[in-house]
Amino acid sequence: MRKFGIVLAIVAAAIVPVIALVTLPAWAILVGIALLGAWLALTRTGRQAWSATAVGIATIPQRLGSSSVVVVGIAGVVGVLIALLAMAEGFRSTLQQTGSDDTAIVLRAGSQTEINSVVDSDTIHVVAEEPQVMRDARGRQIASPEIVVDASIPKKGSTLDTNVEIRGVGEQVWELHPRLRIIAGRRFTPGLRELIVGKNAAREFANTSIGSKLELNGEPWIVVGEFDSGDAHDSELWADTNVVATTYHRGNSTSSVTVRLTSARLFDAFKAAITSNPQLKLQVQTTSTYYNAQSEGLTKIIRILGTTVAVIMAIGAIFGALNTMYAAIATRTREIATLRAIGFRGVPVVVSVLIETLLLAILGGAVGAGIAWALFDNYTASTLGANFSQVVFEFRVTPALLAAGLKWALAIGFLGGLFPALRAARMPVTDGLREL
Amino acid sequence: MKYFNLIWAALFRRKTRTLFTLLSVMAAFLLFGLLNSVREAFSSAGHSVAGASRLITISKVSFTMELPQSLYMRIQSVPGVGKATYANWFGGVYQDPKNFFANEAVPPGFFDVYTDFELPTAARHAFATTRTGAVVGASLAKRFHWKIGDKIPLQATIFPQKDGSNTWTFDLVGIYHIANPRERQQEDALFFNWKYFDEARQFGNGKVGWYITKVAQPKDADRVAQAIDAMSANSDHETKTQSEDAFQAAFVSQFADIGLIVGSIMGAVFFTLVLLTGNTMAQAVRERVPELAILKTIGFSNRSVLLLVLAESVLLLAIGGAVGLALAELAVSVIRTQIGAQIPMVPVGLTIWLQGLALMAFIGLLVGVLPARRGMRLRIVDALAGR
Repeated sequence: MRKFGIVLAIVAAAIVPVIALVTLPAWAILVGIALLGAWLALTRTGRQAWSATAVGIATIPQRLGSSSVVVVGIAGVVGVLIALLAMAEGFRSTLQQTGSDDTAIVLRAGSQTEINSVVDSDTIHVVAEEPQVMRDARGRQIASPEIVVDASIPKKGSTLDTNVEIRGVGEQVWELHPRLRIIAGRRFTPGLRELIVGKNAAREFANTSIGSKLELNGEPWIVVGEFDSGDAHDSELWADTNVVATTYHRGNSTSSVTVRLTSARLFDAFKAAITSNPQLKLQVQTTSTYYNAQSEGLTKIIRILGTTVAVIMAIGAIFGALNTMYAAIATRTREIATLRAIGFRGVPVVVSVLIETLLLAILGGAVGAGIAWALFDNYTASTLGANFSQVVFEFRVTPALLAAGLKWALAIGFLGGLFPALRAARMPVTDGLREL
Repeated sequence: MKYFNLIWAALFRRKTRTLFTLLSVMAAFLLFGLLNSVREAFSSAGHSVAGASRLITISKVSFTMELPQSLYMRIQSVPGVGKATYANWFGGVYQDPKNFFANEAVPPGFFDVYTDFELPTAARHAFATTRTGAVVGASLAKRFHWKIGDKIPLQATIFPQKDGSNTWTFDLVGIYHIANPRERQQEDALFFNWKYFDEARQFGNGKVGWYITKVAQPKDADRVAQAIDAMSANSDHETKTQSEDAFQAAFVSQFADIGLIVGSIMGAVFFTLVLLTGNTMAQAVRERVPELAILKTIGFSNRSVLLLVLAESVLLLAIGGAVGLALAELAVSVIRTQIGAQIPMVPVGLTIWLQGLALMAFIGLLVGVLPARRGMRLRIVDALAGR
């Protein structure tokens, strides 16, 4: 019972450094490592600890099988964690880049997404006439009335239909997307049934390359160009909004109006002008708010899922590390007892076992992070977005995620090494020397 | 079986090590149970018993396009059609968009097609006669503490009322149950009167989202589907009819390749597990070499020693795995009652248990085979001499 109490006390005490490891920023951990290095190099106890560690590390090749349990176990946790978080990060950043603070999107009040929204032609004019809307060199308002409809197109190599977003855009749309470039072919001609395809859509969906003929709502269309906007629009096909309206019998109404403001600071005034007009039932958001909101739900679910899976895997990895390190000190009983007999104190022994475990853990973390990076950085996936249509995105293995993975590795290594380290230090010297 | 005590004693020779290994195995199978529960929830969306005899007719352009309601009479007259009904996706929000649940406008006949939605006769009558009537699934009613007679306000996201207002208020007249626990996620839905919806909405009147047809004979399903689509061929509302299973499978596959994600995670989990338990078994046999030699000395055959070690390793996996799966079963039932349909999960049932047990046996044999061969091959003289 007393023994159990001690274990509990150690676990409770260990929680603090683990939380510190996971929450501290990377630089703080680097400083900690530097301090540890200084201690090892400069103080007497530190040098003792270092030489004990060196002996331990030198014997690792004799225990290759069991040491690899720590490395592979932790590599598994870190790899899965980073891969899942990279999926969340990729989806989030794709949608985040789609919006900006100086463009605003106007939808019917309550509609949340463009596919649910209807804005009539009178409203479009009222919105575009607001003084906060920027004008181009020829004095025309930079406003794009846009229609969002879904078309059923299978993915390449599949027969299952997926929903692909067709976006009808106004003449001024190019002024709203300064980063957008036509990378092949040409822009669509206003008034004609011509489409340009985003680069992700062209890559993922069948029959969307330049020259392809598509049937939209029974009418023949042709793809004439391919564009790269570097954001979620790359999953869409664009065409003249008026022609899309005709094809889909939408009359003069559209789904939304997007405008460029003369300055991001004028957004509040623009919003106030529209929402205070009793004749308009509209909602106004900056496009960055609009697109960020679309990524929130899914990003949160993937993050929770990834963390849960990683925590359960980490529990398994901690017990694996415990086994390995207990076995490691058991096989080194005589060495450790000898060290103690020739005057090494408890602290260097504890520290040496901990450092050995942490080194194995860091190696595992690096392997896991490396595999996740090699396999999943820029890995392309797609999911159903807010407009019931496919959003193509790429996994992003960012430096921050790699750092988070290594922190998890350190935390697991710390928990897995602490108890064996304490046992090594408390081992009775005489028994240890007698051990065969 | 008579050697059970021997195997048991060998397994717990080193209590701490065995306990730690068991905990690792347990964690792996806990994850196995949870992830498989999610995967099955997504894949069973396309494999329900009732879903096989129901056909879904949507616009060929996209399921977000609506179809004329006039098709209803024509679909019902197609030979082989048992009963037909239709629905509109309403997409209303209750209090906060985070409270997501499906809500659809349907005619009273909807429940003649969805016979697996068990709605009391009185409630069906009330739904047919109450203009603003709505019915909800039992688990949704539980989630928001609704009872019959409550008024439920929804904020429209697609369909404002004629006066431009987005608030629609419904009277709760019935609560339906779904007996099959695997399909209980469909209890997280609200259905209200289509007639009221169509009269009160600002636009789109006279159009329905999709048709659902129950075929009289399941074997006629393909023929009926083709006949329905043929009626609208070359019109401005061409249709696409497929079984409910196929429709849902296609829809789910648009979200993500759940099978691939779950498979990759499980691959990583079990790769590390094999290494970990393999190491434990190797250690266990290595330090027991003299004991195994004594067993052989007193007459155990090579084969018996092999089987003893294999049995030990399978037992290790089976104990840890069974505890892990039992925990997963518990966790899934807690999650399902607490969170509802936010995360689709099916109960850890027979299928997952059988898959799990097979996996335990397989990994047990896999990691046991090398140490067991070592035990089988050791020569008594060498082993006893400690060579």
